[in-house]
Amino acid sequence: MAAQSTAAQIAREVNAGTVSAREVTDATLERIDSVDGRVGAYLTVLHDRAREFADRVDARVAAGERLPLAGVPLAVKDNMCLTGTRTTCGSKILEQWVAPYTATAVARLIDAGAIPMGKANLDEFAMGSSCENSALGVTRNPYDLARVPGGSSGGSAAAVAAHEATVGVGSDTGGSIREPAAFCNVVGFKPTYGRVSRYGLIAFASSLDQIGPFSRTVQDAALTYDAMGGHDPMDSTSLDVPMETTADGLLDDLRGLKIGIVREFDTEKLDGAAHALYTRAYRDLQALGAELVDVTLPTADYGLATYYLIAPAECSSNLARFDGVRYGLRVDGDDVTAMYEATRAAGFGPEVKRRILIGTYALSSGYYDAYYVRAQKARTLISDDFKRAFGRCDLIACPAASSPAFPFNSKSDPYSMYMMDYYTIPMSLAGLPALSVPCGWVDAGAGKPMPMGLQLCAPLLSERLLLGAAHAYEQATNHAQTHAPRLDEAVVS
Amino acid sequence: MSSEKIDVRYVAKLARIQLTDEEVQRFGSQLGDLLDHANALSALDVSSVAATAQVIESRNVERDDAVGACLDRETVLAQAPRRQGGFFRVPRIIAEAE
Repeated sequence: MAAQSTAAQIAREVNAGTVSAREVTDATLERIDSVDGRVGAYLTVLHDRAREFADRVDARVAAGERLPLAGVPLAVKDNMCLTGTRTTCGSKILEQWVAPYTATAVARLIDAGAIPMGKANLDEFAMGSSCENSALGVTRNPYDLARVPGGSSGGSAAAVAAHEATVGVGSDTGGSIREPAAFCNVVGFKPTYGRVSRYGLIAFASSLDQIGPFSRTVQDAALTYDAMGGHDPMDSTSLDVPMETTADGLLDDLRGLKIGIVREFDTEKLDGAAHALYTRAYRDLQALGAELVDVTLPTADYGLATYYLIAPAECSSNLARFDGVRYGLRVDGDDVTAMYEATRAAGFGPEVKRRILIGTYALSSGYYDAYYVRAQKARTLISDDFKRAFGRCDLIACPAASSPAFPFNSKSDPYSMYMMDYYTIPMSLAGLPALSVPCGWVDAGAGKPMPMGLQLCAPLLSERLLLGAAHAYEQATNHAQTHAPRLDEAVVS
Repeated sequence: MSSEKIDVRYVAKLARIQLTDEEVQRFGSQLGDLLDHANALSALDVSSVAATAQVIESRNVERDDAVGACLDRETVLAQAPRRQGGFFRVPRIIAEAE
């Protein structure tokens, strides 16, 4: 089984008995051992555990079971729990913490036959857009090792891009699946808020956090989503509505669909090559039979300001639990308050501290209405804009990120990093399903073509249409296949 | 919503994070910048807009008041930074009587 195989191919062969899950797992571990020193996708590689999971899948298949993800190598973002495995959130405060239970999404993927190969790197507590905020490791972009993989789910995206896993799971709060997917030439999909259980996902901003898949094909994203979605009694915010499968709804063309092009997201504001690339992408959608319609999201421009009040406010509350009492790092102090303060000072990195501080401020007495409540009201206006736009179209198309992957240490000002999520945050605030699918390459300098992603977004709960349409676009354009990862170059640190 | 100077030390106290003098300086200016961006929201008329806490309408979910499966005490305490018997051990919270 080649490392390039898709999840659909691997599952077919493992279910048919022509290859074993153990063979696929061994080959993937070999691949990880040979390339991850350069890529750095994983914080923990599960050599022995992966083989145990594989043997269990082979036994189930031998007993006659047919599993949708039989033997499919999986990268798990390291903010999702897996029993008996270190789960760090890329933070010193959880560096040695071993999860005593498994996240529902991960448990469902394992039950569907997927093999967790390791825990993938991320920006600390999923706060960032480049993986540079991880306190525990550097992840490099497989298409140019001098560039970031995106973030926060950069490890999962890089693992899938470098064939160190066939599919991955990440979490998306303001773009943390879609932006790294665009940077790493893979598919990244954020379902409707509440479609996938957050039980066992270490919380960042609870009204925004959503788990979703990474893969090299839209079909694999659909298979992975189908296996992990649906109501979970352990997460009372998971939607108690019938789960609509997607892998059996992939489309061949876009006839009869209206696709909205957002006036405020005029790509002429982007670099010339990127503008040409998105212009061509929209034309390709049209060539597949879609009718392009002009839509407007007048308050989308306020998305960043809204997000950077709501997400930090929720994070300041969620991260209060890391106090050195029950788990994780403790730094001693003379009294209990000094212990909290010293533990959090030593355990959190600068971006996490920054967000806790701004969130604490926005929630503090005298500022709550002016900042937090006002942001929640702006959130209503942004959602209403989308509702109006979807009165005129079935899907929205726009860039996934405003640039291709950038070099390390090139965004020193926090706000310039936050700008990376300009196109993804409005959908997150509205809870909408959205994905990034490879849409071509631009020369980002150094003669290395870098991938970019087309973002497609659908109304609430319309995952089936969204993935179906993305499949039609992917099959017609095939941009992901144009270049292979460049892992042989010297690593410059 | 004016961009007043933030008392970073006070906010850090509320957030239970000890900051160095250098961090107070740096975060002070960065937080000021970020709030300037956030102040863009004052241009929106939200006087008759309802606040969104959750994008999908959700109801309270109640379960039967019955004991279910949960982690056992030893598993939970195994990762405590300090423990004593069946308890998490912390520094003294209540001062001794004079």
